[in-house]
Order: sequence, then structure tokens, then C-alpha cells
Amino acid sequence: MISTLHRQRRNFISNAAYLFCALSAVIALIPLILILAYVILQGASALSIEFLTQLPKPVGETGGGMGNAIVGSLMLIGIASVLGLPIGVLAGTFLAEYRSPRLSWTVRLLADILSGVPSIIVGVFVYTLLVLTIGHFSALAGGVALAILMLPTVARTTEEMLRMVPDSLREASLALGISRWRTIVSIVIKTAGGGIMTGIMLALARIAGETAPLLFTALGSRTWPTGIDKPVASLPVQIYQYAISPYADWHAQAWAGSLVLVLMVLILSVGSKLYFGRKMRSVR
Amino acid sequence: MSLFSSLRAKITALAKPVRGRIGDSLFTALAFLAAITIVVMMALMVYELYLVARPAISEFGAGFLTSEEWDPVNDVYGAKPFIFGTIVSSLLALLMAVPLSLGIAIFLSQFAPRWLRSQLGFVVELLAAIPSVVYGLWGIFVLAPFLGDTIEPWFVDYLGWIPLFAGPVYGVGLFTAGVILAIMILPTISAISRESMQNVPSDQKEAAQALGATPWETVRMSVLPLARPGIIGAIILGLGRALGETMAVTMVIGNSPKIPESIFAPAYTIASVIASEFAEVTAGLHQAALVELALILLVITLLLNLLARLLVQKTGRRASKTRSKRA
Repeated sequence: MISTLHRQRRNFISNAAYLFCALSAVIALIPLILILAYVILQGASALSIEFLTQLPKPVGETGGGMGNAIVGSLMLIGIASVLGLPIGVLAGTFLAEYRSPRLSWTVRLLADILSGVPSIIVGVFVYTLLVLTIGHFSALAGGVALAILMLPTVARTTEEMLRMVPDSLREASLALGISRWRTIVSIVIKTAGGGIMTGIMLALARIAGETAPLLFTALGSRTWPTGIDKPVASLPVQIYQYAISPYADWHAQAWAGSLVLVLMVLILSVGSKLYFGRKMRSVR
Repeated sequence: MSLFSSLRAKITALAKPVRGRIGDSLFTALAFLAAITIVVMMALMVYELYLVARPAISEFGAGFLTSEEWDPVNDVYGAKPFIFGTIVSSLLALLMAVPLSLGIAIFLSQFAPRWLRSQLGFVVELLAAIPSVVYGLWGIFVLAPFLGDTIEPWFVDYLGWIPLFAGPVYGVGLFTAGVILAIMILPTISAISRESMQNVPSDQKEAAQALGATPWETVRMSVLPLARPGIIGAIILGLGRALGETMAVTMVIGNSPKIPESIFAPAYTIASVIASEFAEVTAGLHQAALVELALILLVITLLLNLLARLLVQKTGRRASKTRSKRA
């Protein structure tokens, strides 16, 4: 009798724990659904061709768009890619292909730690490094800040992907008399290319939405980008400035900007995962 | 092995006598430089912030950490309200996010049917993909008014006798920042602790099941103890993210440089004061003080991340050790 009661109690606790865990998963979905629903509904009603292609109107006038911010964001992502991708992929190659235990351990640890450094700190760092020395805000400074932020993701995924390439491929290539660097570039990196692309897309998705590191590097602008050494508008910064402004029209535009931004980020991150998933299945 | 590598060296030398070797050393140098860049940059970051912060460090000394005054007009700066706001908002976030995240991690690694695991995990991780500024926008116009109209007055009505929950509610404030942060760090904590729970060898679970343990008892007795370092690491990583999160917090915390009396009052964090004041200051003590705040935040997050990484590595290693012992 007592043992039955005891068992019932244990089963009850187990079921309650199961319920709590399942419920947690459901609760986590609520904010996701709410945020996406608001961004889509509010954003779609303010989205227009004008919004995507025009400059912001002067303060107080309604209408206008975020065309310059969209172009500016693409420009910043471009600068960050030019600087961050080669360094990131090469650093990942070093970690995977050149086994020097102590240095690799240090670099790996620092890359992991760097990915946990708040992005606003990276902004302050680039400000002291580039803006203070050059004397003004610039697209270049914003691009450098984003490049630093994408470095650890690119380096670590590249390393992991290169490690998945079987050693027999390297040995076969070396045995054919192909030099080591040609083996790495044309055989190993090429084999792992799909995986590395996934990492790159994830890194791009991360930096596309970054606001804090741009606030005092790229700053912002209400005109079209004119050069790499001039301040430039970006979608996240524009959304921030419009969101904290007192104008209803700007709030609507902030929602529309968020819709564009979320679409950009989701296409990059969901796309990379689907692409990678297919890649993995074909390998298996 | 040495025979093979000497053979390999000979073959390489035979095939491409000079060009290959130059290419090799060039490529090695490039890869080495790229790897070293990460090390140099981290060192440079700490050094550079220290240099710019030095005027404030020598002016205020250790008193910077304990002074409550933040007065740009009289050029007097103290960090206490920001340190307080940063820590309290992050702890509030952990309080809400940790139980939920661990529930999700246990569900996804132990309880959920297989077909659901990867799909649901993917959806939860989408939360991490949404940009911070979008969280902030949603926070300003949806979450803050909602909390200010419903949840916060409820707390004040029923728990107002506790000073922590007393006082006027504004919608924006510490509590709202905590809720937004909780949503944002949820995917981090759940993904990493889920991974370390999955690394627990299945014979540990089978042993518990063979002794007649219920599913929950199996989790409690064999999964959680073995995954503990990884779970703690995940929580610390989540804490690190919360401490440094900027945009969403800046938009909902109310930005008031005073130590708040209740958790519903406006406050300020280190990251958000930098975000809202840094672009407007020119060189001088104000800037140095802001950079010193940045330095404090950097050092805290560096230490936390170091600790977390070492802990997460430990679970990975232990799991692989158990596996190799079996094999």
C-alpha cells in the first residue's frame, strides 16, 4: 500500500517535471511569435517602394524612406566582409591545419572570448583606434568594428569544417607531390567549402543586425553614402533613432525598417542552416 | 610517422623544388598572421581602453566604483548606479531565463520525441537571430506598455508592502529590461546546456533506468550531475550576454542615472549609458569616464567568458573520456 503510494508520488513528480519542460518550450515560442507578428503586421503597413528607395525627409515632414540606410548597411557589411572574411578563414585554417598546440589553444580560447565581448565595447575600441586618430566618424570605422565582430564566428566554423575533412584526402594530395598550401587551398578548403559558407552566412546575419558598434563609428547620416571616409547611415541605427523619436510617422518607419532587417537576417541564418543541413545529408 | 613525413618532405621537394616551398612558407606566414591578429587585437583592446580611460582613473581612483554621482555639468563621475543597474537587470533576467532554459534543454535533449527535437531547437534558436534593436522597438511599443498596465500594477497591489515592489510604475524600468534580457539570453543558455546534456553517455541513463528510475529521476540522477559544468558554463555565458546587451536595454530601461528604489523604477546600465552619451561627448573627463565604464564591462565579460569556456570544455572532455574508456 505504502509502496504503491510512493510509486504514484514518484510518477506524479516525473510527469510534473515533464509538463514543466514541455511548457518551457511553449513559453519560449510566445515572444518569438509575438515579435515576428508585430514586425510583420506593423512593418508591412508602412512598407512601400518609396520607403525602400528614398532619402529621409527633413525632421517634421512625413514620408520619405530609408533607402540610404539600406545602401549604407550593405556598404558596411561589404567593408566588414573584405576585412574580416580573409582573416577569419585564414585564422581558422591555421587552427585546423597547423597543429601548434599552445598557440592554437590560446587563439581558440581568445576567439571564443572575443565572441562574448559586448559589441558596444568593440564600438568604443574602434572609436579610440580609428575615429580619434583620424578625427571623424567614417564608414570604414563602422566596417572595421563589424569585421572584428565577425572574426570569431568565421574562424571557429572554418576550423570545425576543415577538421571534418578526412586526413586521407590531404595525404593523397601530398603523395601526388602537390605542395602543402595548394593542398590546403584546392583540396581541403574546397571540400569544406559548403560548411565554411554556412559559417560566413551566420556571421553576416549577426553583423547585419548590429547597432551598438555603429553608433559612434559609422554614426549615421541623412544622405546617400558618399565615401568610405564619411559617416554613413545604417538600417539598425536608423531604426534606433526613429524608435526613440517622438514622431508617429518615424515610429511607423522604424517598424518597416525592422521588417526589412529581420527579413535580411532570417534569410541569411535560416538559409545557411537549410543549406548546411542538405550538405550534411549528402555527405552522409 | 617520422618516416612518412620525411618521405612526404622528399616527395614535395622532388615535385616542386622551389615554387612550392615559397608558396608554403608564404601561406603559413599568412595563416599565422591571421591567427595572431586575434591575440593582438584582444590585447590592444584592453590597452587602448585603458589609455583613453586613464584621465578618469587617475582623477577618481577606486572611488569611481562606489560614487553615485554622475554629473556631466560639474564633471564629476561615479559608476555605482550603472554597475548596480547592469548587475540587477542581468540577475533579474537570469532569474526568469534559467528555469525556462533548463526546462527547454531537458525537454529537447531527453523528453521530446525525436522528430520534434531538431525542429523545435531550430525555432528556439531563431530568438537569437532577431536583432537587438528590433527587440528594443518591440519593447518600447508592445512589452513596456503591456507590463506597465498589467503585471507591474498587480505586483504593486499585492506585494507592494515589500519595498522592492513599491512605488509608481512606468512600464519602462529595470523589470522590463530584465524581461527583454531574459528572452534574449534564453536561446544561448538552452542551446549550450542542451549540448552538454546530450554529451552525457547513454549508459549512465540506462543504468538509472535499469534501477527503476522514472524519466525525471533519470534526468536528476544521471544527466544533470554529469552535465553540470556545461550547464553552469551556459548560465555564465548567458549572464555575459545580458551584462553587455545594449540596444534593447537602452530602449526600455528608462535611462536614469540614479540607483532605483524599486525594480519597476527607471535605471541605467553601463552599456546603455555608453550608447546614449558617448557619441555626444568630446575629449575630456566625461569621455574618459565613459571609456573607464567600458573597460570595467570588458574586464568583467572577459573573466566570465574565460570561466564559462573552461567549464564547457570540461564537460566536452569528460564525455569524450568516458566514451574512449568504453571503446
